[in-house]
Amino acid sequence: MKLAYWMYAGPAHIGTLRVASSFKNVHGIMHAPLGDDYFNVMRSMLERERNFTPVTTSVVDRNVLARGSQEKVVDNITRKDTEEHPDLIVLTPTCTSSILQEDLENFVERASLDTKSDVLLADVNHYRVNELQAADRTLEQIVQFYIDKARRKGDLPEGKTEKPSVNIFGISTLGFHNHHDCTELKRLMADLGIEVNEIIPEGASVHNLKNLPRAWFNLVPYRELGLMAARYLEKEFGTPCVDITPMGVVDTARCIRKIQQVLNEQGAEVNYEDYINEQTLHVSQAAWFSRSIDCQNLTGKKAVVFGDNTHAAAMTKILAREMGIHVVWAGTYCKYDADWFRAEVSEYCDEVLITDDHGEIGDAIARVEPSAIFGTQMERHVGKRLDIPCGVIAAPVHIQNFPIGYKPFLGYEGTNQICDLAYNSFTLGMEDHLLEIFGGHDTKEVITKGISAGSDLGWNKEATAELNKIPGFVRGKVKRNTEKFARDRGLNEITVEVMYAAKESVGA
Amino acid sequence: MTLAQEPQALNFECETGNYHTFCPISCVAWLYQKIEDSFFLVIGTKTCGYFLQNAMGVMIFAEPRYAMAELEEGDISAQLNDYEELKRLCLQIKRDRNPSVIVWIGTCTTEIIKMDLEGLAPKLEAELSIPIVVARANGLDYAFTQGEDTVLAAMAMRCPSQSPMVDAEKKERNPIGALLNFGRKKEDVAADEADYVKHPPLVLFGSLPDPVVTQLTLELKKQGIKVSGWLPAKRFTELPVVEEGYYVAGVNPFLSRTAAALMRRRKCKLIGAPFPIGPDGTRAWVEKICSVMGVTPKGLDEREAQIWQSMEDYLKLIRGKSVFFMGDNLLEVSLARFLVRCGMRVHEIGIPYMDKRYQAAELALLEKTCQEMGVPLPTIVEKPDNYNQIQRINNLKPDLVITGMAHANPLEARGINTKWSVEFTFAQIHGFTNARDILELVTRPLRRNNSLKDLGWDKLVREEAAKV
Repeated sequence: MKLAYWMYAGPAHIGTLRVASSFKNVHGIMHAPLGDDYFNVMRSMLERERNFTPVTTSVVDRNVLARGSQEKVVDNITRKDTEEHPDLIVLTPTCTSSILQEDLENFVERASLDTKSDVLLADVNHYRVNELQAADRTLEQIVQFYIDKARRKGDLPEGKTEKPSVNIFGISTLGFHNHHDCTELKRLMADLGIEVNEIIPEGASVHNLKNLPRAWFNLVPYRELGLMAARYLEKEFGTPCVDITPMGVVDTARCIRKIQQVLNEQGAEVNYEDYINEQTLHVSQAAWFSRSIDCQNLTGKKAVVFGDNTHAAAMTKILAREMGIHVVWAGTYCKYDADWFRAEVSEYCDEVLITDDHGEIGDAIARVEPSAIFGTQMERHVGKRLDIPCGVIAAPVHIQNFPIGYKPFLGYEGTNQICDLAYNSFTLGMEDHLLEIFGGHDTKEVITKGISAGSDLGWNKEATAELNKIPGFVRGKVKRNTEKFARDRGLNEITVEVMYAAKESVGA
Repeated sequence: MTLAQEPQALNFECETGNYHTFCPISCVAWLYQKIEDSFFLVIGTKTCGYFLQNAMGVMIFAEPRYAMAELEEGDISAQLNDYEELKRLCLQIKRDRNPSVIVWIGTCTTEIIKMDLEGLAPKLEAELSIPIVVARANGLDYAFTQGEDTVLAAMAMRCPSQSPMVDAEKKERNPIGALLNFGRKKEDVAADEADYVKHPPLVLFGSLPDPVVTQLTLELKKQGIKVSGWLPAKRFTELPVVEEGYYVAGVNPFLSRTAAALMRRRKCKLIGAPFPIGPDGTRAWVEKICSVMGVTPKGLDEREAQIWQSMEDYLKLIRGKSVFFMGDNLLEVSLARFLVRCGMRVHEIGIPYMDKRYQAAELALLEKTCQEMGVPLPTIVEKPDNYNQIQRINNLKPDLVITGMAHANPLEARGINTKWSVEFTFAQIHGFTNARDILELVTRPLRRNNSLKDLGWDKLVREEAAKV
């Protein structure tokens, strides 16, 4: 047992349902007790989905405990088949069904005899994998199922498309800014003269999965979702896989160069160097931003980064490599894929943190006192508490992170968005400077009282007045550092002298 | 509707039980706030945790006094010892938070692996010397608000039995007494026990926000009726004395197990009344309590009329309109009864579970209200089937559907007004004072859509999708 208040990645069935309900005309049936269909609420609320979420529950209740599901699951599958005529029904196990150990595979086989739709049992174990791993596995499973089916029926299309083409993997419902990223990737492919063959799973029809092998290569923008399916296609059909996340100016260029190499190996003879150059120097604003005075003010500022593998790694590299920001530590909650993360970021930060304990993250932030945090909604709340700004770069997220406006994180427009996010998260450089000169505009008495009330050390009148002159957003930090300094030296009263001694000693 | 209608009975149906509702463990979210010295430990899996964390939104960031004891594979396969594991976690909680009670919430998983929480609790309680209350609020057996019912039923067993010593002390510490004095005019404070008619002790049950507790307590005081205690109280250490022969009354329709526990195990007498939701319900509730206590109620006519009067602007909006309850929180019958009195027509009352005995007075009032208002008696659908309900909604085209968030946006996109049902659980809806708040919720979609109605943006899905 583990005492837990908060988790970064959801349970396995959420991943399966994200993939299943991203496809067009695929229905998920959860084998779960009443109330486990919270996925529908999330999809309906967060994505503001206009359509009913194609997920229903085959309810596990007392009777099921006593006598087993018996006909119930089969009936529910065949009922959904006649009501909604889906192409595919995915039976989704949950934590509850994992321990009931019913023969769900058998239900699926029996049901599929009577249904027009295909029926699959999601091959995920609640106690072994999390949301992200389950999503990856389910996508692979569905792809494999339809490739096999086409092969058996002999209607697997031969050969590649005439022009260079790509499959984009991993765009899914409830994914962080996925829809915007998808639009941006399509635009990028169009710019590069590459046809988009299929995009899965979002909006895809399972009937089209047999066309996947016709693409010249597969693009997997996110580390967490799509790699397994892409590797399967690589093994079966030799379709190369480009798995460099085009996030940030440098990595977008790397990704495009990799695409260039993959296409040229297949005889395309393309050269994207001019395109990269033109975009980098004149179209995207990110490279220019790095050189501008604004960004200069950010030099050496401390930041911490936490999130899923894709976004935390990319963000760390962008901050360190493209903006000259000092990333004190970068972390991920994708413990199962920690080695990859370490390899990606170790040279761009002082320390790597692999954990899914939000308490540990909060402590690590408090210890470092960065000027800005880039993390999930949880880190945003830690930031609020510590008075440190936070830019949200990864799931888990809430409704504010499903913006209606166009906000990709990938591609060249993504680089612009990230510049805005980073820049707005740090206190504006000039404002910062002016506040220091003029002693700040934050003179709210209440806050000051609140701060000194919680302290066991006495601040004399002059020191308190001096402390009040310090701008609000760094005051807490100065106060803590000064008190630590005083405590270390056994001083009971803090005077202006002690304050400055502390500043000189620790650089508060 | 002027034709004399054949007196008909309410029609009860039962469907497949395939509907959307919150898991009953959600009760920790409001109970930990209500019972200030408690700590709720939900013994379950990641699925439970994920639900709580997402459903409770921002509350999770306020250092809640609840946590998951997240079961791992070793717990499921009994490689780890339940007792040792729970002891370790509870010690940690005791050390970090020092609560007056730890409430264990049993979940589906603890049911299936048959973890003997009720057996383990007394042993650990003795060892750690902190009360441990066990409530099995799981999705196998219960829906949403019934979670509170399981917790309060367990708490009912912890209410002290009266002893002379406790009695004297209790009078001073009695939180209700303090509440009564709070906010009263000077002349009221001067009055004391003389304000009350002599009647057997009355304990109310159901968790309500403190202002609502005060309002209802004062409402009864106006009739000279004294509330001796409230289950739950603000603190676990202040649970009311419950003795054989005490009278008890429920304030919410989902508390049937608590009522049963108080009657059967604590030998209390239950006052079966409609629930104090809406001015009509509040009046009926007060009247019923008065009649049992042998008090002639006074001033209720004026009080009720005055509340109705003050809601006229909202009533205008909903009179003659129809409403459909998909059913997910057991408040449905009371709300439907109130809305019929407001002049609405109710197509269907979906409800997770219908205790006809505990809700008898409420059902009778619903029937009477429908007859008096000259509207057909609605069908009450227990364990509804959401898919079938949506077909019925498509046919009936109700003016308002009260439903969970899973269906609200899709229905709105199809031009159907919806109100999210969960808000009724968290808003203050009890008593005369809060009747307007119910209508504020009910009319919100109608008011919003009034301002959009000329824009022609009713149907926002393409034809082929709209069929579903």
